[in-house]
Amino acid sequence: MTAAVFAPTGAEAAAPAAQVGLGQAINQALAAELAADEKVLVMGEDVGALGGVFRVTAGLRERFGTDRVRDTPLGEAGIVGTAIGLALRGYRPVCEIQFDGFVFPAFSQITTQLAKLRARSGGRLSLPVTIRIPYGGRIGAVEHHSESPEALFAHTAGLRLVSPSNSQDAYDITRAAIACPDPVIVFEPKGLYWSKGQVAEPPDGAAPDLSVLNRARVARRAGETGGGQVTLAAYGPSVPQALAAAERLAEDGVESEVLDLRAISPIDFDAIAESVARTGRLVVVHEAPVFFGAGAEIAARVTERCFYLLEAPVLRVGGYHLPYPPALIEHDYLPGPERIVAAVRRALDF
Amino acid sequence: MPTALAPSPSPVPAPPAGDETPPAIRPEPAVRRAIYRDMVLTRAFDQAATALQRQGELALWAPSLGQEAAQVGSAHALGEEDWVFPSYREHGVLQSRGVDLKQLLPLFRGADNGGWDSEAHRVHLYTLVVGAQTLPAVGYAMGLALDGAAGAVVVYLGDGATSQGEVSEALVWAASCAAPVLFFVQNNGWAISTPTRTQARVALARRGEGFGVPGVAVDGNDADACWAATAAALGRIKAGQGPQLIEALTYRLGPHTTSDDPSRYRPAEEEASWMARDPIPRLRAGLEEDGQADADFFAEVDSAAAALAAESRRSCLGIEPPDLSTCFDWVYGTEHSLVAEERAGVAGR
Ligand SMILES: Cc1ncc(C[n+]2csc(CCOP(=O)(O)OP(=O)(O)O)c2C)c(N)n1
Repeated sequence: MTAAVFAPTGAEAAAPAAQVGLGQAINQALAAELAADEKVLVMGEDVGALGGVFRVTAGLRERFGTDRVRDTPLGEAGIVGTAIGLALRGYRPVCEIQFDGFVFPAFSQITTQLAKLRARSGGRLSLPVTIRIPYGGRIGAVEHHSESPEALFAHTAGLRLVSPSNSQDAYDITRAAIACPDPVIVFEPKGLYWSKGQVAEPPDGAAPDLSVLNRARVARRAGETGGGQVTLAAYGPSVPQALAAAERLAEDGVESEVLDLRAISPIDFDAIAESVARTGRLVVVHEAPVFFGAGAEIAARVTERCFYLLEAPVLRVGGYHLPYPPALIEHDYLPGPERIVAAVRRALDF
Repeated sequence: MPTALAPSPSPVPAPPAGDETPPAIRPEPAVRRAIYRDMVLTRAFDQAATALQRQGELALWAPSLGQEAAQVGSAHALGEEDWVFPSYREHGVLQSRGVDLKQLLPLFRGADNGGWDSEAHRVHLYTLVVGAQTLPAVGYAMGLALDGAAGAVVVYLGDGATSQGEVSEALVWAASCAAPVLFFVQNNGWAISTPTRTQARVALARRGEGFGVPGVAVDGNDADACWAATAAALGRIKAGQGPQLIEALTYRLGPHTTSDDPSRYRPAEEEASWMARDPIPRLRAGLEEDGQADADFFAEVDSAAAALAAESRRSCLGIEPPDLSTCFDWVYGTEHSLVAEERAGVAGR
C-alpha cells in the first residue's frame, strides 16, 4: 500500500483516513465540536434518541446528554428563534431542520433576526448559529422533501451559505460552520449522505480552518497541462453530476475543469475567474431553479469580470420554474450528465 | 346570529371597575418613588420625541403615553441579574433599566438600526417584527437555566403580538423547557386600529394556560400592582416553577405611532375614560396620601424631566447620518468577499 509511504510516523501518526459516508462525516464533525467546546449544542426535531431522520446525529445524545443534544418541540421558528437566544447567552447551537421544504416557518427568524443582529448592534452581538438543512433531490421523496431553497437565503446579508459534496468537505465545513462567529446555513446534499469518501481528522485540539466557508475547490483538472475548453461550476449534489459529465466529455476529447464551489455566500469568484482564464467557457450547474438562482448571479459577475476571456456566454443548467415535480420524474427535472453535456456542446458551438 | 364571527365578551381592557384585588405586597417607599420618577421621565422623553417627529426631526415615533405604569412598575421588580427582551414601545422599561433613552433617537431618526449596548443594561435591542423577540427571549432563558444562573427573562409583547404563531411557539418552548421566562403582555386595547377582541376571544391572561404557562391579569395603570404581580411571578419563576404570563390591562392613550390617526377608529369617549385613569397622577396621589413623597421630591422629578426633554432635543438635532461605507463593517464577524468588494467600491466612489 503506497499510502503508508506518505503517512507520518511516530507519535504524531494520524489515524489512516477511513472511508465514511458524507452523513457519517457530519456526525463525526458534530461529535468533535461537542467534545471540544461545551457551549456547542445540537438541537432539532428527533435529533436525540432517533439520531435524526437521516441518523446524522446518531449516538450524540448517548455521548453528550440530553441537555446538549436536545429534542425540541416540532416548530422550526422555535428551533431557530431559541437558538438565537442561546447564542446571545454564549452558546453555539447547531440546529437541524428536518427537511428543506420545512425551513420556511423559520424564515422570519433567520432573515429578520439571525442575519441582522450583528449589523444592528454595531458588531457587539455575535450569533454563532449553525443551521443544517438536508436538501436536494434524487432520493425519490414525496412533496417538500427535495427542494433547494438556497437562493432565498443567499439574498440576505449576514448569512453564510455552504454546501459540501464529499465526506472530507462535509467534515471540515461542519466544524468550520460551528466555529465561525457568523450564522452559517449548511445545505447538506441528502442524496449524498451515503456516498463514501475519505475523512482525515486533524490532530486533537487543532482549530477548524474557516477558509472552507469561502473557498472553491478544483474537483477535476482539465488535462495534464491544466488546459481545457470549459469550466463546470457546481456545488453540493450537482458536483458528482458535473464530474460524470466531465468524464463523458473527455471520452469525446473535450477537456473540462470542474469547480466545486462549496460556498454559496460568499461565492469564490476569484477561483471561477482563474478557471475561466484557463478554459474560456463556463457552465453553472445546480438543482435549484435557474430563474433568479445562484447561477444567475455567477453568470452576471463572470460576464463583468471575464468578458474578454469568454468564448461563449455563461450557460446555466438547473431546475425549471416549477414546483419540485413528483419523484418518479425528478430525473427529468434535475440536471444530470446529459443536460450538462448538452450545455457544454452549446457553449462550444458559439 | 351565528356565533363564529359574533362579538364576544370583550377582552379589550374594561374601564375602571374599582374591584381589582389590591396587591398583596407593595413596593418599598424608595422603590415607589423611583417608579414614579421613571414614569415621569419616560413621559417627558416620550412627549419630546413625539414633538420632534412632528417637526420632521424623527422619521417615526411610537409613543408609550399611558403605558408608563405597566412598563415602569413591572421593570422595577426585576433584579440586576434579570434580562429584558422588549418590543418597540418599551421606553419606560429601558428608562427603568438605566438605558439612556437618548440612545433610542438614532433608530427613529434613521441614523442607525437601534444598536445600543444590550449587555450593559441587560436589555436586548428593540424588535420591529411583531412577536419575533419572544423566541430569542425563551432561548436566552434556556441558556440561563443551562448555566445555572440566577436570573430570569422578561419578554414584553402587545395584545396584537399574541396572534403571531411565533408567540405560540414561544409558549410551547417555554413550558417544554421549563424556561425561566415571564411573558409580560401589555394589552393596550389596540393593535394599530385592530381591537383586542379581533386577536383574542378569551382573556389574554388565560392565553398561556393550554400551553402550560399560567397567567394572571393585573390593572396595568396601577404601578404598584404591576410591580407586585411581576415581583411575585419572578419569585415563582426563579424558584423553579416554570414560565408565567402577566396580562397588564392598560391603554394606549396616544396614536399607535406618529403615522397613525386613532380618530378614524376609536371612540373619543373611550379615550376620555382612560384619560381619567392616567397612571402618573394616580401614583402621585398614592405617594402623597401615604406621606411617602413631599413637594421637594415632586419638584426635583419635574425639573429632571424637563432637563431630559431638553437634552433629548439637543441630542436628536446633533445626530448625523452615518457614512454608508461604515455599514459594511458589521455585517459579518469574519471577512466576506462580497462585502469587501462592495465596501471597496463604495469607498472609491
Ligand atoms: C410581523 C409584523 N406584522 C405587522 C407589523 C406592522 N405592525 C407594527 S405594530 C402593529 C400592531 C402591534 O400591536 P400590539 O402587539 O398590540 O402592540 P402595540 O403596538 O399595541 O404596543 C402592526 C400590525 C409588524 N411590525 N410586524
